[in-house]
Amino acid sequence: MKRVAIVGYAQHPILKNAGALNEVELIMPVVHQLFNDLGISQKDIDFTCSGSCDYLQGAAFAFVEGLSAIQTNPPIKESHVEMDAAWAMYESMLKIQMGDAETALIYGFGKSSPGDLDAIISLQMDPYYISPLWPDRVSLAALQARVLLNQNIISQEQMLATVMEARANSKNNKNALITDLIDESDYLNNPMVSSPLNKLDCPPISDGSSAMIIASEEKAYEFTDHPIWIEGIDHRIESSNLGSRNLATSNTLQASIKQLNLKNIKFDVAELHTQFSHEVPFLKFLLNLQDVPTNLSGGPLVGNVMMCAGLDAVGKTYESLKENQLTHGLAHATSGPCLQHNMLVHLEAKK
Amino acid sequence: MSAEDTPKDYSESPINLEYFYTAGSATTRFLNQVKEGNIVGQGCPKCKAVYVPPRGSCPRCGVATDIEVPLTDKGCIESFTVVHIPIPGNPIVPPYVCAMIRLDGANISFLHLIQDIDIKKIRIGMRIQAVWKPKEEWTHSLENIKWFAPIDEPDVDVATLRFQES
Repeated sequence: MKRVAIVGYAQHPILKNAGALNEVELIMPVVHQLFNDLGISQKDIDFTCSGSCDYLQGAAFAFVEGLSAIQTNPPIKESHVEMDAAWAMYESMLKIQMGDAETALIYGFGKSSPGDLDAIISLQMDPYYISPLWPDRVSLAALQARVLLNQNIISQEQMLATVMEARANSKNNKNALITDLIDESDYLNNPMVSSPLNKLDCPPISDGSSAMIIASEEKAYEFTDHPIWIEGIDHRIESSNLGSRNLATSNTLQASIKQLNLKNIKFDVAELHTQFSHEVPFLKFLLNLQDVPTNLSGGPLVGNVMMCAGLDAVGKTYESLKENQLTHGLAHATSGPCLQHNMLVHLEAKK
Repeated sequence: MSAEDTPKDYSESPINLEYFYTAGSATTRFLNQVKEGNIVGQGCPKCKAVYVPPRGSCPRCGVATDIEVPLTDKGCIESFTVVHIPIPGNPIVPPYVCAMIRLDGANISFLHLIQDIDIKKIRIGMRIQAVWKPKEEWTHSLENIKWFAPIDEPDVDVATLRFQES
């Protein structure tokens, strides 16, 4: 395996409603900021890969328009995933592994404000049996929350603690959308959206974008004195049929932990792509992160840009390691209902 | 074969999603001018290419087109096609002509109608000018221009319009 490092990351302030700003106008500032921070330009990038979802924009091939934010002359090598940009990072990793690129620019963007996110997300389900029922994203998450509560894998108190902690941690995140603190009575008095999830257990509708640059060992030190190495990366998906999954655990995450040999690593920090409060204690349990500071950025509960939040988990882990001189970080990205598809990224700063 | 055994070729699951579409801040500036009867393109600060209608960025350079460039409503036909097939809901009776219009001073063209001329006489490079709707009908749309009509000026060699990098 070629060694690959993250050398830069930038995030647009997360907005409730970006209004007249379109996707291109959201992407340009973060890409420019990243280039300016590193003192480079598109000419230093071998491969460009984006993550977005055309359904969010409501236009076929909307991701192609996104490319207008990037300098494409002289012609560039580029690709796109109709997924969270964390998977664009994965594709970029492969590109570097194959020797087709030494450097890659990754960007993700999404505006959830223009459409009905519940309806849009239900279209990712099985088109024959499930999508026609229009199950909304909160109800799907609630199915898993209910299983976890019933089996005592997590508790309601942990969900409350997660929500309060996310808001307290938002002070560490200059781009957070939700920053107001809440107390226990605020939480308990909030009406249910889909039992057992109330509004505070769910992420806010968010607009934004993020960008990241990764590079091979040969190039990384040209860009920065402090690269953060991608020591391990693995992603696995479970059945699209909810009825055939065991929602009380995650076989795929277990497999990834094994594959990446994470058992004996003492993580200093973790950022999880946990969009709903119950997912935090669940994943901390599965990933053995009980004593690890997790989601110090506040995580998706304080700002959840669709198709970006997974890349943001990687980016926030990168920032944490870099700014606090830590050694081991774990980032998690997810896709699909009830944590169907998961990616784990083990980041390491070499002292 | 019973009804249960008959293979089903398809199932219907209608999808209707509604969006609050936003044009983008750059296109909004453009449409506000169109409402007043002005065509204002936007220029790239790096390569100087002028875009009309502007989308907010220069896809060549990847930067915001923050230079406002007032243009006239005159230009030439960069390419055209004669439409013979009626399109449901379209009030225009075929045959009619759709053309790529290259306004003077712009580096990209946009699609619009050509009328007030015998279709057989339409050619690439022909000089044309906008025919506007009455002012009281103007909205935030290029439909404020009814169509483009030929003007009595010499043809342009469109090959000379190719964008030259400075």
